[in-house]
Amino acid sequence: MTRRLRRWPAAVLFVAGVAATPSQARDRGAPASATSPDTAGWPEPIDDSAFYSLVLFDVLEFQRLRNLNALRWDVTAWAGGDLNRIWLKSSGELNFSSPVGGEADLQLLYGRLISPFFDVQAGARVEQHNERSGTPRRVFLALGLQGLAPGGFDVEPMLFLSNKLKVSGRFTAFIDLFQTQRLILQPRFETEFSFQRDDEFGVDPGINNLEGGVRLRYELLRELAPYLGAGYRVSLGATRDRVVREGGNPGTFILAGGLRTWF
Amino acid sequence: MSNRRGKTGEFLRAICVVSSVVSINFAGAVYAAEKALPAEPVESSGGKTIDLSIDSQPLRLTVGGWVGKAIAVNGAIPGPVLRLREGEEAIIRVTNHLDEVTSIHWHGLLVPPGMDGVPGVSFAGIQPKSVFTYRFPVRQSGTYWAHSHSGGQELLGLYFPVIVEPAAPEPFRYDRDYVVMLSEYSFEPPERIISRLKKQSGYYNYQRRTTGDLVSDAGRDGLLETLKERLSWSQMRMDPTDLADVTGVTYTYLMNGRPADANWTGLFRARERVRLRFIDAGAMTLFDVRIPGLKMTLVQADGQNVKPVDIEEFRIGPGETYDVIVEPEDRAYSVFAEPLDRSGYTRGTLAPREGMVADLPARRPRAVRTMADMGMDMSDMKDPQGGGATEMSAKGKPADAMHGMGGPGDGAKKTLLGPALPGGPSVKHGPDTHGPGNSSVAMNSRSRLDEPGTGLEKAGHKVLVYADLESPNPQPDQREPDREVELHITGNMDRYMWSFDGKKYSEARTPIPFRVGERLRLIFVNDTMMEHPIHLHGMWMELENGHGPTRPRKHTVIVKPGERLSVAVTADAAGRWAMHCHLLLHMEMGMFRVVEVLPAKAMVP
Repeated sequence: MTRRLRRWPAAVLFVAGVAATPSQARDRGAPASATSPDTAGWPEPIDDSAFYSLVLFDVLEFQRLRNLNALRWDVTAWAGGDLNRIWLKSSGELNFSSPVGGEADLQLLYGRLISPFFDVQAGARVEQHNERSGTPRRVFLALGLQGLAPGGFDVEPMLFLSNKLKVSGRFTAFIDLFQTQRLILQPRFETEFSFQRDDEFGVDPGINNLEGGVRLRYELLRELAPYLGAGYRVSLGATRDRVVREGGNPGTFILAGGLRTWF
Repeated sequence: MSNRRGKTGEFLRAICVVSSVVSINFAGAVYAAEKALPAEPVESSGGKTIDLSIDSQPLRLTVGGWVGKAIAVNGAIPGPVLRLREGEEAIIRVTNHLDEVTSIHWHGLLVPPGMDGVPGVSFAGIQPKSVFTYRFPVRQSGTYWAHSHSGGQELLGLYFPVIVEPAAPEPFRYDRDYVVMLSEYSFEPPERIISRLKKQSGYYNYQRRTTGDLVSDAGRDGLLETLKERLSWSQMRMDPTDLADVTGVTYTYLMNGRPADANWTGLFRARERVRLRFIDAGAMTLFDVRIPGLKMTLVQADGQNVKPVDIEEFRIGPGETYDVIVEPEDRAYSVFAEPLDRSGYTRGTLAPREGMVADLPARRPRAVRTMADMGMDMSDMKDPQGGGATEMSAKGKPADAMHGMGGPGDGAKKTLLGPALPGGPSVKHGPDTHGPGNSSVAMNSRSRLDEPGTGLEKAGHKVLVYADLESPNPQPDQREPDREVELHITGNMDRYMWSFDGKKYSEARTPIPFRVGERLRLIFVNDTMMEHPIHLHGMWMELENGHGPTRPRKHTVIVKPGERLSVAVTADAAGRWAMHCHLLLHMEMGMFRVVEVLPAKAMVP
């Protein structure tokens, strides 16, 4: 079972790649007709179907949480055309505790623009925790949306089905508020929820956690913006009880400094 | 604690220092050409062949010795002024020294389809290191221009003026004339500009509304009003400061190939009548042009005579030309051209002697879009209750619009909507919102021909409006159009997608069929919140602007945001013709169609 599951990302990549290819191969040049009988070898008048790509380090920061330092990242990359794109997303953190721990999350998704502002995305996700107790890993099928909601919020609701057939989800939202043409305040919000209990990953049914914060960045260039941030992360419900039971902190203030960059 | 604050302060200071350095880098003048060497004008007379050479030459730049890539014609940008004579045959031999296919399109000239110069539509293009000879009868006169129709070559400098001397004297007189060709140059290659816009469509907009603006607007208009207005824009997910895709952040604006500091100068003697032939050869820029202190008399638009109109400012879109006559006194005047979004300017000088300069006018703040630009202005809606006559049917693609609309013997004739006239009723948008490639629709589109356009409403002086344009003579074809083709101008700024009817060219490659000899009406509905200069090759567009039989002819018409605009076309040129937005990145992204004028009997059902 697990061996087969390891092939999921490759399978998804293949399916997504096929889907992203234009459904019918475009014949080059203008179609011939009564007034232009001989158009063989003519080029396309314009090139409106080129592929583009983006790699965005939306979050790349050092965090200070209580007495712990951490490196955190949230990277989004896409490649493709106007409607069909392959997305690669990774987020996670590395705690400079002893021993060094952390968690990482990787998603490979196929996305299709289904409305002017929204992509539907589907694919695979791998999550791994590095803890004293071990390195549990989960593999998921992922399905969700990414886009711009009325009000100008970038939102990303995602649902995950794990290899243990457990359903969980994540919702993130942020908005860019221009203070000046280069100084941008970005309130961010993220929450995770589960429908089942998963002891290995320390989650219980219900809303597991909430994180809210603001990041203030200065765009030296559009592509290069150092920032400072502050936020609060809190565990909720049964997950919170579990954290308390295990001697953890259910709520943490975060101070962060980092760099937002893309190319 | 105080120590930490000190460090933070230092950090912030460091940011400020770095950012100011970067800002200087942005604000610093960048020149497209240290000294644009005016090319020798080339003239055709009595069947003499004109030679044009397209070469790739890096231009020398004054700031820091930067070298930008540019493509020149006969060694200059713009290329040489090409003077042709009405009634003669033009023979122009073009040598392509580039390593890529090139082309020259005669913008506004009615030429045989094979000579129109659009690779993939008229011909295969001019292959690298080869020669192509254009040969066409010159059937008109006035101010036109020519440019490459291949990829980003026009953005790199491949354009030049074309002046056609009339066979009969013109109905106005002047003592000297100058071409004033407006354009822009960026050190960024066109592909990089496109890819940046694809990744972040607001990349070049450094004039967004800020929290500070919110506070000052609230002080002016009241908090509730301001919040309501802000909320309606954020509900639509649109940015009211979205005035231009590519701005002065990367562009240096040019007049006759020179940046403002190089100060192109046109000399005159006092009391002379000076004809200025304005051409917007910009790839992405609508310019607002004025000569402070000098009244301009408009005499031609798009090369065609118009009844003279006295104006103090006009907006010119890429592809358009306007000829004005001025009578300067014995002093210097600034010829001032600023982009619609006010993110920069270029200037030249009209002066009685070399080396003079005049004051520049005070810069005006950038405007913001309004609900009217979104096609949502209900204030003067004259739409009859229940929709009725002006209710639109769903229009997906032109082929659909054509279907059942009057093939011979088709029987069922649809009621025509008629021209979109100033002051006319607004028309409700149909249920088709044109798919994911279009982010909004003009719910109530209407004519805006009597409006000067975004940012010019409160200019305080006479600004040209399209309703002013009137031909001195009735147009030769006075038939009522018996068929209408409606095209919606669509786009999704968020993904930098541009299209007609929500479909880019590669999704709608089948030509839009016209029948030879037929009279038809093209209706453009702008569902986007930007101006789009629409250019039809091969045939005149008669702008239906309320002047009836003396409606003006144009080859390029600006369709304003939320506007419904109609033109009458006589399909007298068999063959394939391009029709597209002349904001060249919009064209390249797919706001492009091929029109095919078919023999009367070959009309597709």
